[in-house]
Amino acid sequence: MERFLDFAWVIPALPALGAVVLLVFGKRIGEPKSGWLATGTIGASFVWSLFTFLALQSQAGDHREHTYTLWQWFAGTGTFKVPMGVLVDPLSVVMILFVTGIGTLIHLYSIGYMHGDPRFSRFFAYLNLFAASMLTLVLGSSFLVTFMGWEGVGLCSYLLISFWFERNSAAVAGKKAFVTNRVGDVGFMLAMFLMFSKLGTIEYLPAFAGAHTLSHGTVTAIALLLFVGAMGKSAQVPLHIWLPDAMEGPTPVSALIHAATMVTAGVFLLCRAHVFLDISPSAHVVVAWIGAITALGAATVAVRQNDIKRVLAYSTVSQLGYMFMAIGVGAYGAAIFHMVTHAFFKALLFLGSGAVIHGLHDEQDMRRMGALRKFMPITAGTFIFGWLAIAGVVPFAGFWSKDEILAKAWFYGGPLGKGLWAVGFVAALLTAFYMTRQVLLVFYGNNRVAEDVHPHESPVIMTFPLLVLAALSFFGGFISLPFTKPNLEFLQKWLEPSIVGSTGREIAASSFGAGFLLSLVALGIGISGIAIGVSVYKRGLPADGVDPVEARLGVVGKVLANAYYFDHGVARVVSGPVTWFARLLADGVDGKVIDGAVNGIGRTVREGGVGLRRAQTGLVRNYALGIAAGAVLLIVFMVTRVS
Amino acid sequence: MHTGDYPLLSAMLLTPLAGAILAMLMPRSRPDYSRIVGYFTSVATLGLGVSLLLTFSKHVHGYQYVERHHWINVLAVHFDVGVDGISLFMIVLTALLFPIGLLASAREHDGKSFTVWMLLLEMSLIGVFISLDLISFFVFFELSLVPMYFLIAGWGHGRNVYAAMKFFLYTMAGSAFLFVGILTVAYLHHKATGVWTFDVATLTQWTSSATAMSARTGRLLFLAFTVAFAVKVPLFPLHTWLPDAHTEAPTAGSVVLAGVLLKMGTYGFLRFAIPMFPSAAVHFAPLLLTLAVIGIIYGAIVAAMQPDLKRLIAYSSVAHLGFVVLGTFALTTQGIQGGVFTMVSHGLTTGALFLLVGMLYDRRHTRLISEFGGLWKSIPILSGLFAASMFASIGLPGFSGFVGEFTSLLGTFLSRRWWAVVATFGVILAAVYLLWAFQRAFTGEPEGANVGLRDINARELATVVPLLALSLFLGFYPKPLFDRSQTAVRDLVAHVEQSANYHAPEPPAPTAEAGR
Repeated sequence: MERFLDFAWVIPALPALGAVVLLVFGKRIGEPKSGWLATGTIGASFVWSLFTFLALQSQAGDHREHTYTLWQWFAGTGTFKVPMGVLVDPLSVVMILFVTGIGTLIHLYSIGYMHGDPRFSRFFAYLNLFAASMLTLVLGSSFLVTFMGWEGVGLCSYLLISFWFERNSAAVAGKKAFVTNRVGDVGFMLAMFLMFSKLGTIEYLPAFAGAHTLSHGTVTAIALLLFVGAMGKSAQVPLHIWLPDAMEGPTPVSALIHAATMVTAGVFLLCRAHVFLDISPSAHVVVAWIGAITALGAATVAVRQNDIKRVLAYSTVSQLGYMFMAIGVGAYGAAIFHMVTHAFFKALLFLGSGAVIHGLHDEQDMRRMGALRKFMPITAGTFIFGWLAIAGVVPFAGFWSKDEILAKAWFYGGPLGKGLWAVGFVAALLTAFYMTRQVLLVFYGNNRVAEDVHPHESPVIMTFPLLVLAALSFFGGFISLPFTKPNLEFLQKWLEPSIVGSTGREIAASSFGAGFLLSLVALGIGISGIAIGVSVYKRGLPADGVDPVEARLGVVGKVLANAYYFDHGVARVVSGPVTWFARLLADGVDGKVIDGAVNGIGRTVREGGVGLRRAQTGLVRNYALGIAAGAVLLIVFMVTRVS
Repeated sequence: MHTGDYPLLSAMLLTPLAGAILAMLMPRSRPDYSRIVGYFTSVATLGLGVSLLLTFSKHVHGYQYVERHHWINVLAVHFDVGVDGISLFMIVLTALLFPIGLLASAREHDGKSFTVWMLLLEMSLIGVFISLDLISFFVFFELSLVPMYFLIAGWGHGRNVYAAMKFFLYTMAGSAFLFVGILTVAYLHHKATGVWTFDVATLTQWTSSATAMSARTGRLLFLAFTVAFAVKVPLFPLHTWLPDAHTEAPTAGSVVLAGVLLKMGTYGFLRFAIPMFPSAAVHFAPLLLTLAVIGIIYGAIVAAMQPDLKRLIAYSSVAHLGFVVLGTFALTTQGIQGGVFTMVSHGLTTGALFLLVGMLYDRRHTRLISEFGGLWKSIPILSGLFAASMFASIGLPGFSGFVGEFTSLLGTFLSRRWWAVVATFGVILAAVYLLWAFQRAFTGEPEGANVGLRDINARELATVVPLLALSLFLGFYPKPLFDRSQTAVRDLVAHVEQSANYHAPEPPAPTAEAGR
């Protein structure tokens, strides 16, 4: 059993192999075989991950940390050494289990969803490559190996967002995602540089061991630079702008990459590097407030979106904000817990929305939906599970994890803790409201579907993953039940060796009564949000098709519908001053000033000398020939003199 | 010191020369004969290069495969050749790019002359990297201009004569400083010791000693060498010859120009300017680092605005070579190692991009980005390879570009933190200009002349795939290169430290493994 720990590298290697095979032979393998091949490799990785989990569990609690070096990656560069290695510990095992588990379901779903696409096998090649990169990211034994996976998932995100590249908007969205992520990558890279210059290593375990020797300023800088990287991947304000646009990709991609797994990479990174955060309270505060701003801001925007996927996209941004709030109060376990449950219900919601879009022949506007539960009962039923989970209704998965974050914030205390709790409270209310709006607009109320569209349920290969994810959205919370005696916080306990020193747990355990009360409050928020939503949208949209909230909010509503015009502003600056400046450099400075000066000197010399351009050209030729002839002579001379 | 059983380096120099002479003797009416001679000799040279790579010892300090031949005795000019970890990969890269360049040029007109000039170019480039004598270095350095000039003027496009002339005069002007510098050093050495010599090792030992010359003289001489090399690199603001030369050159010319010719500049820094005048190098490092950082940022911004795909890639070289100069003048082991690595990596990735742009030109007879569109749909394999080369050039981990960039930035961060911080932002810009161009040229729905193009053929595949495969290999396993260049680079840093009252910063030793 223990041997599995040394072979954890097989987990990313299998989908990587699948990707290579499909990239080269995909066309020949064809549909649907290439889909099954890809699903098979990631499914095998899931099974392998289970064995790895068992192998790690068989170790004593304080020995659950296993590194294995495959080969020396960076070597021969002075003292800078980085092995290509894996780190198997409780945190990475949680990550590989949920990445491969959800990944397998989404691969399976995609066989149905991508049916008939001319680039069917290419899609699965990218999907497998994504899985391999994500697994490298979480299994890496150093910041640099993680960074390799980090960039790999960025590449796949680019390729899959612009998968239907014939559509210009898809190509633009892919580029935007990659470039925005690169902004974050600068932070990640600088964090590694700083770490190496102060610690002499960027491998996880040695770096963590040395972290306490650093000055407070250095630790804060490292933590915040890593957070800049995390902001890019995990779409935190102001680097969130790429994620809503990423919905241009096929819906399974939105589910797998832009909701369940890749966007949680930033959360993972900070949990992995929590040692640096723990030493720096100021870094904690920054992370917490960026998370809070994101959670609340995105939730308000989601209220006013009409595209079924954009609601979910802003919802994802908002939920990721929750996770960073948790990290900001040192509740890493809660962040991971919410990451896992969120992956269940958000993947479910996205795949459900994909089934709706599929069933409506590519309609994405919720204003042209309604009463679909009659046509697609399984999709509707499972979607409702996802809705109850994200709204925080007991006993669905989202209730437990969201409650945990809010409780941890409350018990953290002080203005930070209480302030975060208040923000989380409002965002939770909004979340329950906008999700209720979505469910009612899509599945209930009046039927607003265009007449020539005939809604239909999806094939089994698509509904089966929905059913599994619905079950996980229901039971998923039980992996870590708070405030229970005997203690049933399985996930928390399991993660402990990876995440030592996280605050909150001790406090929470000692204040059982207050915790229970907070849970009731959390449940109350969710129910209230649902109630408000039902009262507004229980009949769908009025006959004129105008959203009642839109009418009520007026200008504010317009600002929210346009996501605070943040994206517009960025686009304005880029296409305005930035482009102007670049053009000035390219045409003005480079073309006229620098090259002009050079040509000017050339002209002066020429006019002062021979005068005629023709003659000058001739001169160069002669001179060149002269050199050539002379050199050849010299070489001949030299060769004859060689003894 | 490993001298080898046979004169491997001379053989590498003479094989392409012999090929050139043989090709010259072939009838003009049968260019295919000359081409076969070209393939054969360039592949033979590559074979010699591989055997050099395999037999090179990574532990030996100083030069290996040294041959000393008297050349012009009266002037004390020797034909001394040798190779160390810094020149090794430049030689091998040269030997690799020429067969590929020739294969890519199977359809160029006047195959005989083309082959002859290419082989002469190969010979002079190998000569540059193996010379251990300043005069023979200079001769090869200058000699390389001639075939390049004729390749651009004879087989170029558009304003080819203007571009060729500009290239020639620009670099000649730089070389004038180099020539004066070389003569001055030799003269000063003669005045001090009474011995005439152009031997690099002897002169380096003398010039780098504290007593040899005043600090002012050392700085002036450093600048003389530096100007010549900075033009070659090219370093901002001496770069404007490059876009013209690159754009107008035939594909093989661009591949070799980017792959090898530019590296003569960075190689010159590592072999001559820095070791011969270490104090001046330390003194001027902030200036050169600043120019390098400007090159990285400025080159990327200007690249983004180019309407011509080939010109865009040409400007990207300004940015890439900026990383090389940055790492070099960081004067740390990591920085220089990263620079040497980037020199090789850039040859592979930019070479691949130039080959692919050449293929697009063959099909569409234009290089204007606005003329393309939707190519990913009409020629998926070629476009996929372009995408892969693009990400290799952007510096995606897994490709060699990342290893070089990361290491040189890391090394710069150790000694000159703020330069590294600004330069790191260059990684965003690299993504901007390439992805933007890719979006405009390759995505969307193909229309008009972009429909129904022929996808890549076997010959074209054979030129691009080796470069990409090597870039991937080095991206995952850079150790073979780093191991071989390390000894020379460490010696160089130690040399600068000893002679320039300089200390290359090193990070602390990592704390012992976590004890839990």
